[in-house]
Formats: sequence, structure tokens, C-alpha cells
Amino acid sequence: MDWMNQAALSAQKSDAVFFYVFGLSVAFLIFITALMIYFVVRYSKKRHPKAEQIEGHLGLEVLWTTIPLALFLSIFYYGWTNYEYMRQAPRDAMAVKVTARQWSWSFEYPNGKKSKVLFAPLNKPMKMEVRSADVVHGFFIPSFRLKIDAVPARTNTTWFQATKLGSYDIECTVICGVDHSLMLSKVVVVPEDEFKAWYFGSDDAPEPGKAIRAAEAHPDLKDLPPGLAVLTSKGCLACHSVDGKPKVGPTLKALYGRQEEVLVAGAMRAVTVDEAYLRRAITNPMEQVVRGYPPAMPQTPMTEQELAEVVRYLKTLN
Amino acid sequence: MTTHATAQPSYLVDTGSRKGLMAWLTSTDHKRVGVLYLYSMISFFFVGVGIGFLMRLVQLTPFQHLITARTYNALFTVHGVIMIFLFVIPGLPAVFGNFFLPILIGAKDVAFPRLNLASWYFFMIGAILAVLSLFTGGGAPDTGWSFYAPFSLKTGTNVSLAVFGAFILGFSSMLTGINFITTIHRLRAPGMKWFRMPLMCWALYSTSWIQLLATPILAITLVLVILERFFGIGIFDPAKGGDPLLYQHLFWIYSHPAVYIMILPAMGAITEIIPTFAKRTIFGYKAIAFSSMAIAGVGSLVWAHHMFTSGMSSLATLLFSLLTMIVAVPSAIKVFNWVSTLYKGSIDFQPPLLFALTFIFLFAIGGLTGVMQGALAINVHIHDTYFIVGHFHYVMFGGTGFAFFAALLYWFPKMSGKMYSKKAIYASWFPMFIGFNMLYFGMLILGMMGMPRRYYVHLPQYHTMHVVATVGSWFLVLGLLAFFGTLIYALFKGSKAEDNPWGGVTLEWTIPSPPPQENFEAIPTITHGPYHFEQESK
Repeated sequence: MDWMNQAALSAQKSDAVFFYVFGLSVAFLIFITALMIYFVVRYSKKRHPKAEQIEGHLGLEVLWTTIPLALFLSIFYYGWTNYEYMRQAPRDAMAVKVTARQWSWSFEYPNGKKSKVLFAPLNKPMKMEVRSADVVHGFFIPSFRLKIDAVPARTNTTWFQATKLGSYDIECTVICGVDHSLMLSKVVVVPEDEFKAWYFGSDDAPEPGKAIRAAEAHPDLKDLPPGLAVLTSKGCLACHSVDGKPKVGPTLKALYGRQEEVLVAGAMRAVTVDEAYLRRAITNPMEQVVRGYPPAMPQTPMTEQELAEVVRYLKTLN
Repeated sequence: MTTHATAQPSYLVDTGSRKGLMAWLTSTDHKRVGVLYLYSMISFFFVGVGIGFLMRLVQLTPFQHLITARTYNALFTVHGVIMIFLFVIPGLPAVFGNFFLPILIGAKDVAFPRLNLASWYFFMIGAILAVLSLFTGGGAPDTGWSFYAPFSLKTGTNVSLAVFGAFILGFSSMLTGINFITTIHRLRAPGMKWFRMPLMCWALYSTSWIQLLATPILAITLVLVILERFFGIGIFDPAKGGDPLLYQHLFWIYSHPAVYIMILPAMGAITEIIPTFAKRTIFGYKAIAFSSMAIAGVGSLVWAHHMFTSGMSSLATLLFSLLTMIVAVPSAIKVFNWVSTLYKGSIDFQPPLLFALTFIFLFAIGGLTGVMQGALAINVHIHDTYFIVGHFHYVMFGGTGFAFFAALLYWFPKMSGKMYSKKAIYASWFPMFIGFNMLYFGMLILGMMGMPRRYYVHLPQYHTMHVVATVGSWFLVLGLLAFFGTLIYALFKGSKAEDNPWGGVTLEWTIPSPPPQENFEAIPTITHGPYHFEQESK
């Protein structure tokens, strides 16, 4: 679980302040609640039939004005100094242009390389120059405790230095329209040499972090049903879910036997998904595109055995 | 001293030429106007509850089901607009302020009774427009209640009408503010010096000033949004040289102080309830009175703490974080004074006190999580996540909502002349309290995990806590239904309430239940502070 996973220096800075305030808050809450309950019991009508009319106490008022004030100011100061650290990027940080638009993220590196997920070398500072192409979005990496809004006609900057290999969610945090909750991406933290190989490589150099991402999605392919292992290793699950959740392509859940409307040579046609349809859809996806989805699926070569396993697996999803 | 023959009829009796519903809709009696607000507001509250309940059902699974994403976006917008503009902001001042402010200071009515009734009509017109926006034009607005530009300028949904509804509601708020300020300045009974007023009046007084001074800024901002949508004047749209951050500033210059419009009267009601059941004077009268004014003052200068991640300057973040910490102090002072008021009292534990103490507990969590957000390094993580959603529900529902319930339990016998079943109220408290904390503490945890707000579908790692929160919402709704069911039953079948069922000493307990039309047979003369219990203990 990502719960309080600290994957960057900024996460440590933010959490330090959080635990300070959290500790004070718990102490205060327990103190006030316990006192309340004690008074209600101790000074109940039965135990204490006659109330004492106490109008106030100047010393106490001064005490509970100054002590909270001092504590709040300490919280302010601690919060401010750690925030300043999180805000001032080191000079040697690599500047990445982050562009938010309804409803996707794109990243452009100093040499002009572009990607849809953010690649970051381990233990190196990366500066984010965040822009928006349309409305206000929020650029948020929970595992880094990092957030900055993407505001049109402005460039907002933030930075991070990742301290753990892995891939972490990027989420949009400002309501930006109908698919706000699908405006997701990943930051993939890779060893520096792997990053350099991609960054300085040719245009078709393989993206770094394949192993990390595959390992996170499925720890061990051998433990999976053979059909699912094929779908995972071929990258099908990037666009198709097996749990019914909508992605770029239609979900594979309950696909077998489903009625679909497909676009065949410019005309709509209803088909029932069967084995023959599935084989054609995998080997030649552009021939029949399901209504409402983009014609974006690449041809996916599979051996006869792999095809058979995939079809057998899809039947189990009903 | 007055004989029975000259006693006025109760305010519930129609004495004019009009009868029934028309007599209510044209009445300028502050008590009737308060009751009109009460019924309309509770209706809107339950619409808001229903929408919230539906949204929780959607979050029961991580993927798309029940409704479409567009509908979900409309639901959270409408939930916010209804709950904030139609329940929480007007809630305590319009219902209990209207009903009890004149009585608490020994007056026959508010300073401008007709304006008071007009305020209710403005409220209803604004509410109807806001509701109409759901079904007309391009469909319900989908921007969230904060209407952030430029999305609110570009979306095809019915933002203009919803915003216009909020604009009209603003007038209701401003006029009520003027009315209360004038009433407090001009209509206090002889001998009712400023520091002899019950503290509810101080809370309403500070609230009214915010309503009067901050609401026009919202009105102007909303007009600018409408002008921009229809005529493209380009104040906020960067494509035309406008600035989206200007919108955020203008919006929060009102909408942050609005949080104090919501909470100050709630604090005022709690301050009335605790001394009555502790049977002793309030601890630190002046500290509580001045802290209300301090909250109103400093609270007007903290708005940009909603914008720490917007990219504004370091200096601005520093100042607004500092001011935010300072505004926490007067709230802490109030909490200490309330708890100290229990000290060496003679506590008669009754339902209103239970809800008042629950308020202190929930409001403390709301306040403390607010301090977390005020700290910049933490804010960068939790801003715009479920942490915020959990936090403001602790403040507005756990705070203002529970104070509203406490006030309703406290003054229900006075307003209706009926007493409710105390056992049924205690029974409804349990599911409410358990459900509330499952739901909103669950949200705090989700926010720490990184769950962004206003998401229609959620990532799988957030699923478990979403289920906990949804189950909590079922308990909460169950408790609410039991609570209001008990009160409605009491309205029809309840036993007759005494004039002073709780043994309170403020002026409303010196008159019959329900109160007579002009409140007092003779305007009282005040010779001592509001929580004067000495004479009682013979």
C-alpha cells in the first residue's frame, strides 16, 4: 500500500511537520475530552448539588492564550521552513516541462524528449515547470507529498529528489471536467544509468523502468493464469482492465459473449463477441473498432498457443 | 404581574385577517420568520443529505457504476451549493438568531420586521433558482461549489443560473446582517448593557458584520462570472488577458470569512447551552465575547490559505500561514472557557448538553486538522484531497451541524411548546456519532493516503477506507432520521413543555412556551449579567 510511503526528500520534510502537529493535536484532544468527561461525572447534580459561581480567572485566560499562541507559532515556523526547502529547487536540477490538459499529463525534458509518464533518476533533483493548456489542474504525487497547481498562462515550479526506486501515482487534484478522476499518470523512478540510456538514446530507445512497472503490476507472472500472464507481458492491461473499470479501451470483464457495436469500414454493426471475433480483434485491431473508443490499439502479434490461452482466460471473466 | 385576562395569545395563533399558510407567509413576526427558515432549511438539508448518501454509494466500488461521471460531478457541486448556501451559512442566524435574538435582549421584534420577511423571500428565490439550475440549460453545474475559473467560464453546464441563485442568496444574508446589527444597537431592553447580553448575541453581532462586509465581494465576483460567461469580458480568462488567481482571491475573500459566519453563531448557541445545564455562570464572559470579535476580524484576513499550492508568492504564503495560526487562538480560548464552565457546576445532563459536548469534541478535531492545513509543509500534501473534505465536514457538520442540533434540542420546547422523548434522542445520538466518525475520519485517512477530492472513480489502494466511510454514512443517515423523526413526532404527539424545562436564566425562559406574540407582557428591566444563577439557589 502507498500509505505514508516516503519516496522523496520532500515526503520526509512534510511528514516531519505532520507528526509534530499530529502529536500535539492528539495530546490536546485527549486532554480536553478527558477533562470534559471528568467534570461531567465529578460535578454531576448528584455528586455536586450546589454549583459555584466562578466568573473567570485572568491568569488562566492569559495562560491559555499564550501557550496555544506559542505552539501555533512554532507550527507555523516549522511548516514554513520545510515548505521553503520544498519550494526552492537546487540549481543543478533537471527542468521538466509538465503540461496538464483535459484530461492527461505530458512531460518534456530539456533535450526535447517527451513522455506520457514522468521518468526520474534516483537521487537526482528534478525541477517541474508546471503549465496548463486549458483550465486549472493540480499536479500531485502523494508518495512525494508534492503538489502544485497547473494554472493557465502561468508557470508554477516545484521540485523533488526521489529516494526510492518504483512507480508512483500522479493525480489531478483540481476539478477540471468530466474525466477529472481519470487524469492520472505515473512517476517512474529508475537508476540513473537506465535514465541516461533512455535520455541520451535515439528516439526509439526503449522507455526505462519496464521491469519496475511490470514487477509492481504483477510480482510474478508465473503465479498468474497463463492467459493473464500473456495479457500482462504484452502490455494489454495498460488500456484494458479485467475488473470492469473503464480505461482507454473497453474492459475485458464479461467481454466473451457480450453484444458490441463495432465500426467496420465506416459502418456500425452489432456483433457478439466470440472466439473468432477475439482472434481478429487481437491480430488486426483496426478492422473492427468498438463504438465509443478511439482507434488506438496497436497490432499485437501472438503465437497460436498464446491466443488460445488468452481466449480461455477471457471466458473465465464472465 | 399581568393578569391572565390581558395575556397575549401565543405566536402560533393566527390573530390577523389571514389564516393558515397565508398568515405565515405574510407574517413579519421574527418568530414566525425564524420558523419559516427552519422548515425550508431542514428540507434543503435533507436534499443535501440524500445527495451525499448517493455519492457514498458510488464510492462503494472503485469503478464506474450507478451513475455517469457527469452526474457525479453535478452531485458534488449541488451538494456543496445546497449545504453551504442553503443550510450552513444561514442555518443558526436565520433560524435561532431570528427567533431568539430579540427575546434574548428583551425586544418585541427585530429592528426591521418587513425587511426580515423580505430576507426570507430572497432566500427562497435564490434557493429556487439554484434548484432550477439543475434541470434547465446545459444541465446541473459540474464545477464544484467553488466555481473556479476558467473551468466555470468554459463548461457548458448551467453555471450562470446557479451563480445567480447564490447572488440572490447573498442579499438575504446581507439584509439579515443589517437587521441584526441595528437590532442589537438600538433595541436592547433598559439596563441590557453590552456586557450583560447573552453571548449568543455577541456571536450574532460579529457574524452580522462579516455577512454585511464580506458578502458584497461574493456578489461582485459572481456578477463578474456571469458577465464573463455571457459577454466574455475577460477578467478571469487568461486567454483574454484575465487572471484565474484573481478569481480565487475574490472567491475566498468572501468564502473564507463565510466559514466564520457558519461557526460563530454555532459557538454562540453552545455558549448558551453549557451554563444552563452546569447551573453556573459562564467562565470568562469577556474572553468569549472578544474572541468572537477577534475571529470575525482576523478571520477576514486569512483567505488565501486556500491557495497555498496555486503558485502565489512566497511572501503571500508566509503571511497567510502566519495569520491562519493566529486565528486559531481565539477558537482555542473558547474551547478552554467552555470546558472550564463545567468546573464546579452542578451538572444536569440532558440531551442538549450531550450534543453541545459532542460539538466540542468534533469541532476540536475540525480545528486541529485545520491547523495541520495551515502549516505549509503539510498543506502541500493534503490540499485538495479527502483530508480537506474530512476536515471541513468536522467543522461544518460536526461543528455547525451538531450545534444546530443542540440548539434545536435546547430551544425546541420553547419554540413549539412541546417536549420530545429524551430517550429517543439519546438513542439517535449513537448511530450519528459512530457513523459520523467512520465517515469523516475515514476521509481524513484517505486524504493522508493521497485520495484527491471530487473523484468519480478511485484507485484500488483507496478502496478499503472508502467502504468504511460509506458504511459510516449509513449509520449517520439512520441517526439523522431517528433524530428528526423524534422531533416531528413530538410536534404532534409530544407532552406539553414547561415554560422553563431546563432551569435556564436568560430571558427566553422567563416567558411562556410557546412565546406570546410580542414576547413580553412588559419590556423587562435588566439589572445583572445573563447567567445569574445565584437567586435560584434559595
